[in-house]
Amino acid sequence: MREHTVLRIVTQLVVAPILIFALYVQFHGEYSPGGGFQAGVIFASAIVLYGLIFGVEAARRAIPPTALRIGAALGLLVFGGTGVATMLLGGNFLEYDVLLPKPEKGQHYGLIIIELGVGITVASVMIAIFYVFAGRGRHRDEDEPA
Amino acid sequence: MTVSLLLNFGLLVFLVAVALALAHWRHLFPVAMLTGLYSLLSASLFTVLNAPDVALTEAAVGAGITTVLFLATFGLTRAREKPVKSSRRLIGLALTAVTGAILVYASLDMPRFGAPDTPVQTHPLRDKYLVASQDEIHIPNTVTAVLGSYRGYDTLGEVAVVFTAGMGVLMLLGRGRRGRKQNPE
Repeated sequence: MREHTVLRIVTQLVVAPILIFALYVQFHGEYSPGGGFQAGVIFASAIVLYGLIFGVEAARRAIPPTALRIGAALGLLVFGGTGVATMLLGGNFLEYDVLLPKPEKGQHYGLIIIELGVGITVASVMIAIFYVFAGRGRHRDEDEPA
Repeated sequence: MTVSLLLNFGLLVFLVAVALALAHWRHLFPVAMLTGLYSLLSASLFTVLNAPDVALTEAAVGAGITTVLFLATFGLTRAREKPVKSSRRLIGLALTAVTGAILVYASLDMPRFGAPDTPVQTHPLRDKYLVASQDEIHIPNTVTAVLGSYRGYDTLGEVAVVFTAGMGVLMLLGRGRRGRKQNPE
């Protein structure tokens, strides 16, 4: 793809706004459409676009696969951990009311935290799947060391 | 009213056209592109139906990532559909026609679009989610409130499913047999 100047320039211009939009969808999910799942997928699509134009190796350098594996587990742990935390604070599993003195504040913060967990897991899994699919091209055996 | 009617009509016509083109094409690259277009049209329909949460997901997953995964898969397999015997095609046509007829017959049982007396409108949970949630959770987007709080268990389960699916793909495709030794990552 090195010769496609238009694609490269447009991608350079577009990737950062997509990432920002993903963060907006993530952290504004209580007020506007969207939430962790949508944000994670949008975030992943920015990285996928980057990988398509500049090569999977470049994308791997930006976000290494190890980080994705950690991220996939971390998001789920954040979600489940919030549930355990509410139990330790005396509520039911995932009863966010008890997180803060005011129940509705607790709900708000609990939702932000679990949506963050959802977003991290979804983005990590999507990017990881893209890496393994795109990394198994014609030269499967030669270009493995990365 | 007429605008939304025209929009709905136009989008549905485009959907049918894309579906016919999908069935017609034997080369799989345009098919992958058309699948993405189909998702984009569905996302537009969801937006017209005031379901932006679903539309966002459909646009990002269906039109974006799935298309890329299809294309990446063609790199591993062949990108042309195998020719099928004409007798098999007839069976396929008959099966599709019967399934379509059953679906149309079932859709006659569905309530009219926008009818006020459907369970969705009359069930007590509607008040709980749409009205009481504003006091209990103080979040304008009811979808987030339902997904995250009232149905938090389900969402946790969904995240676990995404995680498990991702780990499954990584285990199956993550490293070639040869790559394992050279590539400790």
